[in-house]
Amino acid sequence: MSARIWLSIIVMGAVTVAIRLLPLTLIRSPLKNRFLLSFLHYVPYVTLSVMTFPAIVESCETPLAGLASLVVGAVAAWYGANMVSVAALCCVVAFVLGLL
Amino acid sequence: MSQRSTQAAAQSRGRDMREGLRDGLPIGLGYLAVAFSLGIAAREAGLTATQGFIASLLSVASAGEYAGFTLIAAQASYVEIALGTLVTNARYLLMSTALSQRFSNSTPLSQRIGVGLGVTDELFGLAIAHSQVRPFYQYGAMLSSIPLWCVGTSAGIVAGQLLPARVVTALSVSLFGMFLAVIMPASRTDRVVRTCVLASFVASYVASHLIPLTMAWSSGTRIIVLTVIISAAAALICPVSPEGDDAS
Repeated sequence: MSARIWLSIIVMGAVTVAIRLLPLTLIRSPLKNRFLLSFLHYVPYVTLSVMTFPAIVESCETPLAGLASLVVGAVAAWYGANMVSVAALCCVVAFVLGLL
Repeated sequence: MSQRSTQAAAQSRGRDMREGLRDGLPIGLGYLAVAFSLGIAAREAGLTATQGFIASLLSVASAGEYAGFTLIAAQASYVEIALGTLVTNARYLLMSTALSQRFSNSTPLSQRIGVGLGVTDELFGLAIAHSQVRPFYQYGAMLSSIPLWCVGTSAGIVAGQLLPARVVTALSVSLFGMFLAVIMPASRTDRVVRTCVLASFVASYVASHLIPLTMAWSSGTRIIVLTVIISAAAALICPVSPEGDDAS
């Protein structure tokens, strides 16, 4: 079990470091492929969205607490609240409504 | 002459470093809080405090580590873990590519690598706030933020065992809150991103609750497949202009 976790951690780290370093060491001229650029542009938003919903709803005590946490966090972030405030707000809503 | 210029270079490095240390600290405090909830996910995957610390030191990636821990918890294969990490961290490829254009020609390879190791959403933000990358400024910012990221992860793993279950459940939401803080401002200003976010929510729900084939997959596999399909579709239908992309 522990060996599997250590190996997984090394795989995660190696892939992440490679992603960061390959462009800086190999690509010295700007990327030109428009599809690739567009794809890379959308990937972060799509992957974070897929990870957030419906997981946030299911991670709470009740679906209501999860939905409320999602809506409150989304609205706060929409209006420019910073990362830590949004995270804290989501926690408070999830905790309070989880008590119901 | 050469001694004097060496001295001047050392002075400016020290100045850059101190400035970086100062600017990195608020980022580090945010990291501490977010890494704490990441630690809760790591604990569920069976990681010890030491393993969490090392994982965070090697990866320094919130969404990427979260995806990795979820996959470890789901007994996924190493190939799935590698693919999941690749997809969730693919944005760093774009950021590093953008940074590669902003080094002075005299920057040695070792410094390009040093700065590259610290490419996160926030540290990239600091780097592009200046027209040219100053390696020692980035090192300073990395020094005052990344250790807090690692400590926060370990703290989440340890304290997750001490806190009441209800508190842990509530805290585990904070990571999703952080994801919202990334996707919502962009959704507000970019109609295509907004459509992508909504489509992703719907597709993610459908894939995890309605379609038997995709319901049988691990959550990590669903994340990878949906991300590739939706991002590729968006790139085909609404390609971004190479010039405008820098602004994102």
